[in-house]
Order: sequence, then structure tokens, then C-alpha cells
Amino acid sequence: MGSIVLKNVSKVFGGHQVIPGIDLSIDEGEFVVFVGPSGCGKSTLLRLIAGLEDVSGGEILIDGRNATELPPARRGLAMVFQSYALYPHMTVRNNIGFPLKMAGESKETIDKKVGEAARVLNLTNYLDRRPGQLSGGQRQRVAIGRAIVRQPSAFLFDEPLSNLDAALRGTMRIEISELHQQLKTTMVYVTHDQVEAMTMADKIVVLNIGRIEQVGSPLDLYRSPQNLFVAGFIGSPRMNLITGEEAAKRQAATIGVRPEHVVLSKSKGEWSGTVGVSEHLGSDTLLHVDAGKLGQITVRADGEFQVRHGERVYMTPDPQRIHRFDAEGQAIR
Amino acid sequence: MARMASRRRKLTFTVIAWIIALLIFFPILWTILTSFKTEGDAVAVPPHFLFFHWTTENYTEVWSRSSYLLHFWNSVVISIGSTIIGLIIAIPAAWAMAFSPTKRTKDVLMWMLSTKMMPAVGVLVPIYLIFKNTGLLDTRTGLVIIMTLINLPIIVWMLFTYFKEIPNDILEAARMDGATLGKEILYILTPMAVPGIASTLLLNIILAWNEAFWTLNLTASNAGPLTAFIASFSAPEGLFYAKLSAASTMAIAPILVMGWFSQKQLVRGLTFGAVK
Repeated sequence: MGSIVLKNVSKVFGGHQVIPGIDLSIDEGEFVVFVGPSGCGKSTLLRLIAGLEDVSGGEILIDGRNATELPPARRGLAMVFQSYALYPHMTVRNNIGFPLKMAGESKETIDKKVGEAARVLNLTNYLDRRPGQLSGGQRQRVAIGRAIVRQPSAFLFDEPLSNLDAALRGTMRIEISELHQQLKTTMVYVTHDQVEAMTMADKIVVLNIGRIEQVGSPLDLYRSPQNLFVAGFIGSPRMNLITGEEAAKRQAATIGVRPEHVVLSKSKGEWSGTVGVSEHLGSDTLLHVDAGKLGQITVRADGEFQVRHGERVYMTPDPQRIHRFDAEGQAIR
Repeated sequence: MARMASRRRKLTFTVIAWIIALLIFFPILWTILTSFKTEGDAVAVPPHFLFFHWTTENYTEVWSRSSYLLHFWNSVVISIGSTIIGLIIAIPAAWAMAFSPTKRTKDVLMWMLSTKMMPAVGVLVPIYLIFKNTGLLDTRTGLVIIMTLINLPIIVWMLFTYFKEIPNDILEAARMDGATLGKEILYILTPMAVPGIASTLLLNIILAWNEAFWTLNLTASNAGPLTAFIASFSAPEGLFYAKLSAASTMAIAPILVMGWFSQKQLVRGLTFGAVK
């Protein structure tokens, strides 16, 4: 239960093609993250799977069954919205129990399942409150509770953590991952935050202008990005991309090297430059070095590396970890 | 220092607010006071403010000389009737425009509102003739129809604004949760829209109750509501200010009481959409 297959799915909004035709298969029990900059079509794709938007072409198969024409409720999916979308006039109990009530379950069954969900999500003491009386994190948990009581074949999350503060986001990220371990249900998760994508996903789908740029595990994408877009998008801070002579020397139009794959020295190295801003993170220090013709290069140095603004430093990229791209931006293997 | 300055500021604003409120209320207060004066005191120069001979004879005379209850009943039927019919038409209309808008929805809304920009007197003759030819003149049915029509744009606009405030995500969540259109309306939309519908209802009753142009022009003795009842006291035999005031007080009292008890809803109705 819980496989989703997209076959050449496309979407046109008012004559404008948002998704030109996507093929994707999501296996049972997988945690798949759609990631990309805003406007890349990731939320639209999720809404097409949910049935909240009609596809303009192609097919959606859920558990092997053609669900393209099915209304949202009959696809067996549950969705958690960015705004939580709780029913403000209902108590937490009624919010979580609503899908069961719609399914015509008996009162005893509803009470039992709501109780269980509340226990899993630490909401037992809040069952008689209304959403307005809850904190952001609690509301998010109610939204998740409403999704899990239905025992759907897959969960869809539409940027569920973007309304929370940084600390809570970290906690909820772990809670959702734990929930996935417990339930082993397919989860499709949309975010623009590549850290969320890297930390939570089994499989990441990188989207750009409605197209899939690359699909793979977080480490696959980090180690071998297929093109410039993925190279620049995955990894924080982002990969240094260098063009011109330096790239030509390595038979490429562009070369890329991650900040953590550059060795820094005060005496010798392949490239040199002057230190601009340095960000001290404690364990690491991020140096933004002005390397003349090579442009700005970001380097991740050890937290103990002492350096002053304007000081000359030398950098040596790890030759094994230099990524080469051709003029079309595709990786050269 | 800063604290004293802020207290002084607060005091100034309070005083100004009271003055403005009293200025607005003064005509009503004067009308009520005049209704308890004799006709002589009512026109005395300089006017007597509180020290005059208090009497209730205006009320007894107004009561005996006219059929207050008939007019009151007409007002009730016309304002409540037109409001209910208006809501029955406007709820689905506003619903459709808020939740499945088309390219022309904005134009339709503007067009509806534009009918309120036209002076009513511009269509008085045609409407009068239509009413005359269809036998609707001086009937409650006729007034309910005209009142529904003139207030419909406002009802649709108000409801549209309320429905717009209901986030689409919530409706989509209900759809994901398995609610059919009927259940979505019953369990989600209606409970969330009730405050909006209630304030629209109250405001529209008040608008219809106070409307004078059409009620005066299309009624005589049978279907005239309280506005026509007041007007009948500014009679050709001369102005009787005290009796006119008594009649006015009797006409505004019911709606004032209703307004007082539904203040909270009304304020929301009047400031709708002002703050999220």
C-alpha cells in the first residue's frame, strides 16, 4: 500500500504550462521530498497527486490503480497543509475525528482512534481545546493527527514547517521522521528548504521550472549532481562555481567545488585571495574569499583557524571532488 | 514625563470622542426631549432644554390618532421579509463568487454595486408605473420586493467579503478528509460563516427599517411602514413638532433597542474586512 506513479503528468494554468510532463515513481513506504525554489511547481505537483487540481494530461496511479479522475477523498491520501487548515470552530477532538466522521465510523471507533492519535502526538491534554488556544507546534500536531487517523496509503505534506520558528522546526523535523519510522507509510513532502530535504528524505526530487532536474538519495545528489542547478541548490553553503580559464584547464565550461572540499593554508596553495567576511559558527568558520579572476570563493575552515579581514590566504581544491560541467550545464563524468 | 504626556493625550482623545458622540446623538436626544413637551414649549425661543412642563399627551394623541401597530407591523414584515429573501438569493450568489470565481466575477460585483451609485429618483417613474400596472402599489408584497432589490447588492458584497475570509485551505482539507459538497457546506462553511451572515442580517434589517424614499413614494395608508407614519405627522395643517417627535421616537425605538442588543455583531458588520 502506498505506491504512487506519475506518467507524463502535465499541468496548464490559463494557457501557461506549469508542469510540462513528469514521470516519477514513488515506492511503498518511501519518504520522498520535492524540493526546489519557489515557483518551481513542487506544490502544484503535490496538489495534482492529492486531486486538489485536475491534471491537464497524463496519468496518476495510486497503488496501481488509475486515480487520475478520482476526487481527493477517494484517493486514500491524507494531506497536511502549510497553514495547518484546522477547523477553527471545532475542538481538537472533533478536528482529528472529522475524517472518521465523514467516513461514517461509529462514535466508539472515532473516540478510540482519536485517543490513540492524541497519545502518539502528545495531545491528550488538549483534546477539548480549540485550535485558537494552541501554539504553532501543537496546531501542526493536530493537523498531523487528523491525517494519521485515516490510516491513509500515503501522507502528503505541503511545506508543513515553514510557519514555525527555527527551534520548533528542528524538533518537528525529528518528530515527522520518527513518525515515518513508526508508521512506515509513504510520505511525500514538499519544501523549499534543502536542509529539510537532506535530513528527512529517502529520496529527493529536485524540481526547477516544472521539470525534474534529478532524483536520488540525499547523498547521491550531494556527491554527484547531474547538472549545475542541482549542484548549486543542494548543499549549504552552496557549491563554488568557477568558469573561464580555470575551468578550461580541466576541459570543462564550469567547475564546481564545495566549501568543505577546499583546503585552506596561510603559506601555499593552488589559488589565492584575500579574506572578506568570515562567519564563525563555532565548530566551523565560513570564509568568503575574494579570489580575483575566480570570483568569490566560500571555504569551510576549522573553527580554530585564525584569520583577519583582508589577510591573504591560499586554497587548494580536493581534485577528487571537483565537479565538471559542460556548456549546457550537464555534468561531465 | 512621558507617562504624564501619554495620560494627557488619552484624556484629550476621550474628551474629543465624547464630544463627537454627543454631537451625533444630539438630534435624537432633542427629538426624544421634544416628544415630552407641549406644542408651545416645543417651539419656544430660546428653547427649553430640561426645564419645561413634562407631558406624555403627545404619545397618547399620536397613539389614538393613528394606527401605530399597523405601521409597526408593516415595518417588521418589510424589513425582515426583504432581508430573508435577500439572504436566500445572496448566499448562493456570494458563495459561487467567493469559491469558484470566474474571470468576470469582479465585473459582476462592480456592476451590482454600481446600481447603488445611481440616484433612486432616476428610476422612480418607471418603477411607479410598473407597480401601478401590476397592482403592487401600497402593498407589503411590493415593498418587500423593492426593498430586497435595492439592498441585494449590499448583502451580496458583505457576504462575499465574509466568505472570502474563509481560507481555501480549510475547504480543501475538508475535501481531503472525505467531505462531500453538502457536508462541506453543513459542517465547515456554514458554522464559519454564521457570524458574517448574522451581521449582514442585522445591518440589512436596519437599512430596510430606515429606508424612506421608496416607502414614502410607493405606499399610502395600507402598507406604509413607520417611516410613512412619521411623515404623516408633518401634515398640511401645519407642523406639530412635539407630536412629530413623539411619532419619530415611537418609530426609532424598536430598531434602537435591537441595535443596542446586537452591538457586537453590528460593529463587526460595519468594519468588516478592515482588519484581518
